[in-house]
Amino acid sequence: MAERATFRVKRGLAEMLKGGVIMDVTTAEQARIAEEAGAVAVMALERVPADIRAAGGVARMASPRVIKEIQEAVTIPVMAKARIGHFAEAQVLQSLQVDYVDESEVLTPADEAHHIDKHAFEVPFVCGATNLGEALRRIGEGAAMIRSKGEAGTGNIVEAVRHLRGIVGGIKRLGTLGREQLASEAKELGAPLEIVEEVAEGGWLPVPLFCAGGIATPADAALVIQLGAEGNFVGSGIFKSEDPERRARAIVEATTHFNDAERVAEASIELGEPMRGDDIARLATEGELLQQRGV
Amino acid sequence: MTGIDPAPPESDTGSRLRIGVLASQGDYAAHARVLESLGAVSLEVRTPDALGELDGMVIPGGESTTISKAIERDGLRDAIRSHVEARRPILGTCAGMIVCDREHLGLVDAVARRNAFGRQIASFEAELEMSGLGPEPIRAVFIRAPWIEEHGSEVEVLASIDGRPVAVRQDQVLLCAFHPELTDDSRVHALLMAMATAARRRTANEERGSRSA
Repeated sequence: MAERATFRVKRGLAEMLKGGVIMDVTTAEQARIAEEAGAVAVMALERVPADIRAAGGVARMASPRVIKEIQEAVTIPVMAKARIGHFAEAQVLQSLQVDYVDESEVLTPADEAHHIDKHAFEVPFVCGATNLGEALRRIGEGAAMIRSKGEAGTGNIVEAVRHLRGIVGGIKRLGTLGREQLASEAKELGAPLEIVEEVAEGGWLPVPLFCAGGIATPADAALVIQLGAEGNFVGSGIFKSEDPERRARAIVEATTHFNDAERVAEASIELGEPMRGDDIARLATEGELLQQRGV
Repeated sequence: MTGIDPAPPESDTGSRLRIGVLASQGDYAAHARVLESLGAVSLEVRTPDALGELDGMVIPGGESTTISKAIERDGLRDAIRSHVEARRPILGTCAGMIVCDREHLGLVDAVARRNAFGRQIASFEAELEMSGLGPEPIRAVFIRAPWIEEHGSEVEVLASIDGRPVAVRQDQVLLCAFHPELTDDSRVHALLMAMATAARRRTANEERGSRSA
C-alpha cells in the first residue's frame, strides 16, 4: 500500500536537496533566473530579508498569488515561509502544495511560546536553529530539515558560522558521552531524550543540516560546506547583488566544488558587487536580531 | 536476503570494486554508505578525471536540472558516455533516471517524465515487486518522482506502478524512479555491483584473449 507523508518521505526531499543551493525569490522572473542558474529549489517570499529589515513593520507569509506564479514558472521545488507558530499560514501553504514550509524567524513571530506542531502536517518543514538544543527541539516538533539561522539579510556570514560550529560541535560532544550522561544532557539541551540518544549513536542529526543567513559570496558557500553544512540557503545575497544571474551560478558552483579553491576562485571572478552587508554588533544595538526569535 | 552476490572473493578480481558516485549535487552520501556496506570502495565524482578507473557508477537522486547543468558545466558528459560505452554499469535513481534518458545523456532509449507523480505532497513509499531482485518486494521511496513515459524495445521494464515503468534496464544501465539508497534494503546496489563484477571479468577475459592471440 502506498503511504504518503511518512517521515522518510518528508526527510527524503531534504536529502535530495543536499549539495545544492535554495534561493530566495520574490517574483516568477527571479525564480526562472534561479532555476536557470542551477538552484535546487526556490523560496517564495514577499520581500527578501534585507528588504524586510529595511521596511520594518510586520512580515507575513507571501501572498498565494505570488506563490502560485512562482510554482507555474519553475519545475524545481518551491518552498515558502510561515511565521513561527502560525499554523494557519502553514495550512494555507500546504493547501497550495508548496514542497516545503520554512517556519521562519525572518517573518514576524505569531506565537511567542509555541512553534507549529509539524507532525500534524503532510507538507514537510524546515526550521532554523542557533545551537544543537534548538535544532533537536525543532526535530522533536516534526521538522524534517534544519538550517542555521545565521542573521538573515545582513550578508554577514559570522552568525551562520557560529551556529554551524555550535551544532556540529554539539553533535561531536554527544558522541563522547556515556549512555548514563545522556538524560542530563537532554535536560541541559532542552531536547527530547530519544532524539539526543539517536544523535549520540548516529553521530549526526536525523535530518539534513543546511546553512542559511548571511551567504553573499562563493567563498562563503564553500566555507560553510567545509564546516559541515550539507547545502545552502541564499536569501538576499543573490538578488541584492549587482549581477544576480552570475552570482547565483557562482554560488551553485562553489557549493559543489567547496573543496577546490581554484574552482571557487575562478567562480568568483567578475561577479560585480556583492550585497553591501551589515555589522552584527551595530544591528544588535539598534534592536532585536532575527535569530533571537523563536528559540 | 538478497540472493544477489554483489562482489566475488577478492582473489578472483584482484581488489574491491571501485564505484563512483556523481557528487555534483544530491544524496550521493547515502549511496556511498550502501556501497561501502556491501564491500565496495566508493568515490565521489565531481570532475571527469575521477571517472577513469571505475568499475561502476551511480547518478544519485537530487534535482535533475541542477545535476544536468553541472554535468555540462564540469565537462562530465563525454566521460560518463565513455564509461557506458566501455560497457561498465551505471545506476541512476530518480534524478539519475532523468539525467540518463534520451533527452539528456542519452544512455537509454527511453524518456522520463519529471515530477510525474506530482509535487512533494504526493510523494510516497510503497512495496514494489521488481524483477531481478527475487520474490520479496522492495520498500520503494518515491520523492517527486519521475516515471518512464515511453521507451524502445531494447529497454526491459523491471517494475511498474499502475502500468508506468519505474525501474528499467538497458544493457549496463539500470534506472529506478525511487530511492533504494534511503532504505536498509541493499538489493538494487548489490545488483549494480554484480553487473560491475561481470564487467570486470569480461574486461579481464578480453585482455587475456588479446594477449594469447
